[in-house]
Amino acid sequence: MTQKSKLRGSFADAVADIADGSTIAFGGFAMPGTPFNLIQALKEQGARRLTLVANTTGGAQQPRMPDIGMLVENGQVAKVICAFTAATRPTDVLPFTKYYESGEVDAELVPQGTLAERLRAAGAGIPAFYTPTAVGTELAEGRETRIIDGREYLLEYALKLDYAFIRARTADTMGNLRFHRSQRNFGPVMATAARITIAEIDDKIVPAGTIDPDDVHTPGIYVHRLVQVPPEPEGLWPTKRQERRK
Amino acid sequence: MSGTKGLNRQQMADWVAREFQDGWIVNLGVGIPTLCSNTDIGGRDITYHSENGVIGYGGVAAEGQEDLNLVNAGGQNVVLNPGAAVVHHADSFGVIRGGHIDATVMGAYQVSMTGDFANWKLKGQKGGGIGGAMDLAACAKRVFIILEHVTRDGSPRLVTACDLPVTARGVVTLVATNYGLFQPTGDGFRLLEIAPGLTVDEIRAATGGALTVTDALKEIRTGQ
Repeated sequence: MTQKSKLRGSFADAVADIADGSTIAFGGFAMPGTPFNLIQALKEQGARRLTLVANTTGGAQQPRMPDIGMLVENGQVAKVICAFTAATRPTDVLPFTKYYESGEVDAELVPQGTLAERLRAAGAGIPAFYTPTAVGTELAEGRETRIIDGREYLLEYALKLDYAFIRARTADTMGNLRFHRSQRNFGPVMATAARITIAEIDDKIVPAGTIDPDDVHTPGIYVHRLVQVPPEPEGLWPTKRQERRK
Repeated sequence: MSGTKGLNRQQMADWVAREFQDGWIVNLGVGIPTLCSNTDIGGRDITYHSENGVIGYGGVAAEGQEDLNLVNAGGQNVVLNPGAAVVHHADSFGVIRGGHIDATVMGAYQVSMTGDFANWKLKGQKGGGIGGAMDLAACAKRVFIILEHVTRDGSPRLVTACDLPVTARGVVTLVATNYGLFQPTGDGFRLLEIAPGLTVDEIRAATGGALTVTDALKEIRTGQ
């Protein structure tokens, strides 16, 4: 193999060079696909003034696993770009919300499909696109819209990333990835939008050629560093959610 | 919900679910809408889509049988029905924006007589929780809303105009509340079915805009 190996021996090693001020996206929708181990490592690494991109800042569900709200609490975050700055249920409180309300941390609230498409566009060389989502809402106030075939659309810009942290089920040494069930969510689009994608992997990393090319979900050209998740308790794995009170 | 009048949560969900037609692709929001999948609608074949890219999920997984990497929009561990498929998030919202969702069912704080609705931000709140609601609201073929008819202090949630920030404008097709089933008409609401124990006058007093009543007003079937 002529290229430098993508395998990293530890999560700390995989995130060691992340600079202050980086823009980092985190895969995950609820627990599946959330890179718990990389989040934990970034917290220990300590980079600051970060811009974080994720579906939610986390922390409403119990038991609480590493989430980007913890990076906020650790003073590492300048801004969050996400689809939730508050929980869906007013009775649930996200740890992040108070940092946003006090102005300590900035946030850009983006509809979830627009967030996914801004990442996809960044990875696919599309600088901006029009979407019907959020037309007529306060999110569209003062922004560029256009009537196409009689319908109003809102202009949205691609969202480029320095890093993507994702989690997948299977990887080969080339970085080709397969996800399991809803673990996939934002992972593939974040990987395409990032300069450097770091993936934590559930299963033992297999030699190149083991995954049939037709079965690859994310090609290895988008994946730069791989870390094998060790078994519990050393490694962090999704847990069963405790039901909320009704 | 004890102490409130009319239908309970499951009954509200049942009425909405009975609207689902054979072959529909349906997206259920978090909370009461999730209960639509419990309703017996005979042999009609419904494909449930979840915004995280799961197409064709079934019920909540049995205790001990959960796949911790498989959740619906509410984060519940569900099972897959035969023929299910999984796509990534951008493709999942392509399903939504592309107009492939026949109906989306969501909760809300308010619905207006012109079909606007509000469900992502409270009054005076900084930020909020949008999730996939704006994409679904703007792009699903039908938007069904389930909500309590009045607030805790008795104010109508079916209003002439939303005073909370809206999720989308002019999109709501049907509204189920604990009092009845309604259609926004532009200048008010049409009552299609009424919950047991409620009167039209009582509903009119608790509803914004003009309340019209369908000629064939029926009591809602609440039998399970």
